[in-house]
Amino acid sequence: MIEFRMPSLGADMDAGTLVEWYKQPGDQLARGDIIALVETQKGAIEIEVFDTGTLDRIDVEPGRKVPVGTVLAQIRGPGEAAGPAPAVAPPPAAAPPAEPAEKPEAAPVPPMPVPAVSPRRLGAAEGRLRVTPAARQRAAGSGIDLSAVEPGADGVIGLREIEAAGTPAPQAAARRPGLDLGEMRKAIAAAMSRSHREIPHYWVGRTIDVTALFDWLAAENARRPVASRLLYAAPLARAVALALKTAPELNGHLVEGDFVPAEAVHLGIATALRGGGLVAPALHDVDSLDLDGVMAGISDMVPRARAGRLRSSELTDATATLSNLGEDTSDMIMPLIYPPQVAIVGCGAAVARPWIVEGQVGPRRVMVVTVAGDHRVSDGRLASRFLSQLDDILQKPEAL
Amino acid sequence: MTDEQLMDLVTGTLFSVAPDLEGETVDPDQTFRAQFEIDSMDFLNLVIGLSRKTGIEIPEKDYPKLQTPRAAVAYLREKGTA
Repeated sequence: MIEFRMPSLGADMDAGTLVEWYKQPGDQLARGDIIALVETQKGAIEIEVFDTGTLDRIDVEPGRKVPVGTVLAQIRGPGEAAGPAPAVAPPPAAAPPAEPAEKPEAAPVPPMPVPAVSPRRLGAAEGRLRVTPAARQRAAGSGIDLSAVEPGADGVIGLREIEAAGTPAPQAAARRPGLDLGEMRKAIAAAMSRSHREIPHYWVGRTIDVTALFDWLAAENARRPVASRLLYAAPLARAVALALKTAPELNGHLVEGDFVPAEAVHLGIATALRGGGLVAPALHDVDSLDLDGVMAGISDMVPRARAGRLRSSELTDATATLSNLGEDTSDMIMPLIYPPQVAIVGCGAAVARPWIVEGQVGPRRVMVVTVAGDHRVSDGRLASRFLSQLDDILQKPEAL
Repeated sequence: MTDEQLMDLVTGTLFSVAPDLEGETVDPDQTFRAQFEIDSMDFLNLVIGLSRKTGIEIPEKDYPKLQTPRAAVAYLREKGTA
């Protein structure tokens, strides 16, 4: 019988609330199936199961908050007999388990900031206030008390009404259960403070001519129907993943002083959330997916990140991260590494600049790509070789 | 379709792309990006949704014509009657 325990989804996670079971005793389970929804201080996370078998018994009912490591359910392997059913439901004050909390898979657990918003529909269960979800998030992040905000003419509190209310003193952070861009900001603060404190960072940057990439992309998208079009983030992620295969010291985890290189590239995709949050869930196997697969993965994951509906493996499995600022942002970014990863790749906006091509000045589209590396594991020369590889790969977008 | 119906279509598609905006007042003349931090991922999904609902194929080169709700309505009206 396999014990399925409350996983740890971040170094500062100590407990989670079981919200809903998606499987019932008797259901068949395959590795990677989503078995339950758990609410943590960082948001609602869909928990995946690691083992194949049959769900034998549920030990924690919805609504209970339990420490990381608490046994949530029993899974019986193929061929095992069913276990006895408990006579009574376990008492609410469950003692914490004796052994340290760890995921069955023993993968390193980074303190990734996670969306802290349960999806709620307008008008549900918040008393008489009618507030849009976006406004609620903005208010929580700014410490604004919604009961003091004047609704609009239609009786609804939206983003405009929040903006009209002005910003209160920073210490007046209103804490409302279940919402909390405020809590997310704390999680980001904890993760980035730890990064800054523990990781000796170095940065190298290279300005890459991405004219070929964008010309190729425009031609591709012109011949594709709208539903199959590619955002430039997809070939960029593919190119970064392929370049990381040539620089193993940038792809993996530093665990208790030892660097463990990763076999595959599970690329964390830094995703900005409306209202100011940031999360970088992992897109798995970007080195093996084709371009359409990467685009499908991004299109699926980014909206779920914004809706606060990520999966546990997306929070814990990233082997390196890509922070692509996007259009109309800045020329470059000096990003911080998400521990226990050892590198992060930053991309500025792709802008038109005068450039030298074959001895002549001409207009080109260029992007500043930076790499932050953990100096305990790699150095600037290696990171520079990575950038050179990335440059070469981006000059042949048709091969991505 | 009337312009009002087209506007409902545009805002409805916006809310399905970004459910956290459900209930927000939409300014017809401000860009999606300025009002709601709509980025290229959201915008692509918006275009896909509009294309699906109207049957109009929207090429990438026409994206600059759909930056505000009112501009999107005008574009859909023009292409719908072409």
